[in-house]
Amino acid sequence: MSSARIPVCGKPTWVQSMTDALLKIRALNAWYGESHILHGIDLDIRQGETVTLLGRNGAGKTTTLRAIMGILRRREGTINLAGKDLTVLPLHRVAQMGLGYVPEERGIFASLSVEENLTLPPKVAEGGMSVEEIYRLFPNLQERRNSQGTKLSGGEQQMLAIARVLRTGAKIILLDEPTEGLAPVIVQRIGDVLVALKQRGMTILLVEQNFRFARKVADRFYLMEDGRMVNSFAEHELDDHMNELHDVLGV
Amino acid sequence: MSTIFGIPAPALYGQILIGLINGSFYALLSLGLAVIFGLLRVINFAHGAQYMLGAFVSYGLLNYLGIGYWLALILAPLIVGAVAIVIERTMLSRLYGLDPLYGLLLTFGLALIFEGAFRYWFGTSGKPYAPPPQLTGAMNLGFMFLPIYRGWVVVASLIICLGTWLLIEKTRLGSYLRAATENATLVQAFGVNVPRLLTLTYGLGAALAALAGVLAAPIYQVNPLMGSNLIIIVFAVVVVGGMGSILGAIITGYMLGILEGLTKVFYAEASSIVIFVVMAVVLLIRPAGLFGREA
Repeated sequence: MSSARIPVCGKPTWVQSMTDALLKIRALNAWYGESHILHGIDLDIRQGETVTLLGRNGAGKTTTLRAIMGILRRREGTINLAGKDLTVLPLHRVAQMGLGYVPEERGIFASLSVEENLTLPPKVAEGGMSVEEIYRLFPNLQERRNSQGTKLSGGEQQMLAIARVLRTGAKIILLDEPTEGLAPVIVQRIGDVLVALKQRGMTILLVEQNFRFARKVADRFYLMEDGRMVNSFAEHELDDHMNELHDVLGV
Repeated sequence: MSTIFGIPAPALYGQILIGLINGSFYALLSLGLAVIFGLLRVINFAHGAQYMLGAFVSYGLLNYLGIGYWLALILAPLIVGAVAIVIERTMLSRLYGLDPLYGLLLTFGLALIFEGAFRYWFGTSGKPYAPPPQLTGAMNLGFMFLPIYRGWVVVASLIICLGTWLLIEKTRLGSYLRAATENATLVQAFGVNVPRLLTLTYGLGAALAALAGVLAAPIYQVNPLMGSNLIIIVFAVVVVGGMGSILGAIITGYMLGILEGLTKVFYAEASSIVIFVVMAVVLLIRPAGLFGREA
């Protein structure tokens, strides 16, 4: 009997070994206090790829990002970035490894001006955008650079939260629901920005509930439910998985 | 002799000056407390002891090593700041994330230990510390004589307060500090070494207290209890200004110092409680303090 036909260890067949993955997560478990939120997550992102995590509220998408960044400290498993394990690093060293984080709540600082917010994250590598380039991408931010950060509209705050990590030279940006609660015209604008970033070769891990938005930028999707990865497929396979998507997302 | 509201003018000016000088110390000390509280969420009860240490270090530098006032103005804050950094690294940092009461108890205990030790070594009688020769004598302002050293204290404390305010409001380090005061975890997730920022902030706060101690040495004498006499008033100043508000601490410090001086002229019996009356009224009307943001 050929060994190739025997299913291996009960792993779903879509978990392929991706030796070329830039970010490689294996068997990630995470806890908030006593509650076990993530149950053995595997995730791979290749250089230059945009990967979207889909799932309902409470599926563990935000928790996954927080566990990768190390904001959530109680975790097990491996998070490997370009061959280095992130789980052993103190929080401030993770960003220095090349991760840029755009939190769900946006995290704009009220006691800082727009420009101070923009230049707050220290540079972690060469190759980030200059402040001038960022202002060209987001002209609103330049106009309002001396305003208090939280005086911006919701959409502008989201742009600022994204712009903030573009300066640092981060290799991967983690974006948590950038379109949440924003008007369609702003969502469109953020979509354009993500496409532009993708064309510059940025690697993006996007958390979204809105898969119609996500499919414009994503190369691959992971589907999450109850703290587990239940499926993964490429963008061109999205239509084949519509029923499953409607099921899991409840749309 | 001219009078203002029936008060002899020199007496009025004299008390305003004393109020301004006391206010300078209130401002310097409450500034350090506000910076520490804002970022570390620690109510630093050792602040009075760190002020006292600043005065004693300058006394020690002069009497044991022959190092004078001007150098002490730089060395004493550095030495006390270094002691504070050791305290933060070895003890205080273990209490972050716990109930703020633990930080308060630790710093209160440290204050008692420092004060007890210095009482044991030096007794409770004040040690004289002469002002430097460049700052002795008095200046005739026309309406009153101003002892030069006291004028210097007012000017120096204004410069230090302004400098600290600029550091926090206008520099990159200051933007880290302000942002970390709002959301330390996110700032650290951006790659800023927040634990080191906390350590430096505690050192800076203590150094400011020590600097105030050096400035105070020629005026109030050097005494192990000089800090605990002052710290209660300074806490009232911080509460009135708004916990954690830098500008609030500075302005309230000067304002309450002058108010206290004026009370001495108009109704001397109330002068030792006027600051606490103001604190009670402010807490009733604006619980977050005059310059505090409503939580």
